[in-house]
Amino acid sequence: MDNATLVKNEKICHEIAELSALDKSLINLLQHGLPVCERPFEQIANELGSSEAQVIQHLKELKQSRVLSRFGPMFDAVYLGGAFTLAALAVPDEDFAKVTEQVNSFEQIAHNYRRTHRFNMWFVIATEEANEIERVITAIEEKTGLKVLNTPKLKEFYVGLYLPV
Amino acid sequence: MSDTTILQEKPSLTAIERQYILLTQNGLPIIEKPYHHIAEQMQISVEEVLALTNDMLARGIIRRIAAVPNHYKLGYQFNGMTVWDVDDKQAEKFGDAVGRLPFVSHCYLRPRHLPQWNYNLFAMVHGKTPEAIAKYRGQIKELLKEVLLTRNNDLSQDFMTKSNDMLTSTEILKKTGLRLKR
Repeated sequence: MDNATLVKNEKICHEIAELSALDKSLINLLQHGLPVCERPFEQIANELGSSEAQVIQHLKELKQSRVLSRFGPMFDAVYLGGAFTLAALAVPDEDFAKVTEQVNSFEQIAHNYRRTHRFNMWFVIATEEANEIERVITAIEEKTGLKVLNTPKLKEFYVGLYLPV
Repeated sequence: MSDTTILQEKPSLTAIERQYILLTQNGLPIIEKPYHHIAEQMQISVEEVLALTNDMLARGIIRRIAAVPNHYKLGYQFNGMTVWDVDDKQAEKFGDAVGRLPFVSHCYLRPRHLPQWNYNLFAMVHGKTPEAIAKYRGQIKELLKEVLLTRNNDLSQDFMTKSNDMLTSTEILKKTGLRLKR
């Protein structure tokens, strides 16, 4: 978990990055993919009318400033092993802080978001073994006194997300 | 489908594929010859690394080799988890179409839990303004209008059953990365 970011209670407000023309071109082009060859950044530079050194420098800076949260092969989570589920709780407002602490105390909780709904807490449970999911759910129910809504994925669809800048 | 988690068959990886994942899951090195760097660490040739990469791409172990921007830093500050009550017989076909919309980052079929939760299709949308995500929700609704279910509301319940909803996030309570551990 060396490179994993652990953000606790971070409100959702980030500064919007200031980007150069080359930064924007790189972000737009590289969301679609990097060619698989010995010198991929040279090929990208040729496509954008830039130099390999410039492309490498800008990409490093984009990664360092976390404008790019990831850069490289995206593996199908199934192959990374373990099991996942998305689950939710309907938490009374007055108990929200306490329940947040209770739920987050489980190391198997990977993400947790507050959302606008009667089910106002949505979290991903990630475990090494599939049968551990049920154990965590039961433990959360015992700890919080609330019933967990468990919505594991039945089918995942291909997504074509593209965020142009 | 009950409360039980779906047991996914655990696909097996070869030792070399496992090594490749461990070396690159935190990112591809941003240097002139990134695959040479991987080849050195794996003690195989760069040709073998490129062939392995293409093979893992073809088999879907690697989905793509790409940049993933931080939504927020690009100004996509708003996200909505849109949820839909879709006719089961049509759900796969229409879920596939929803996933292909450019503003959708995740799209899944998930189990309903009636009566509390009647939605079976989830699609996460991202936009720069609240109006943008409301518009995207409208576009999905237009696409799904023929297959959305309307259920009778049970007035004894303290909640309404709608054909769709959008849950926006107001706070990140926890966020950690998912990694292969060994």
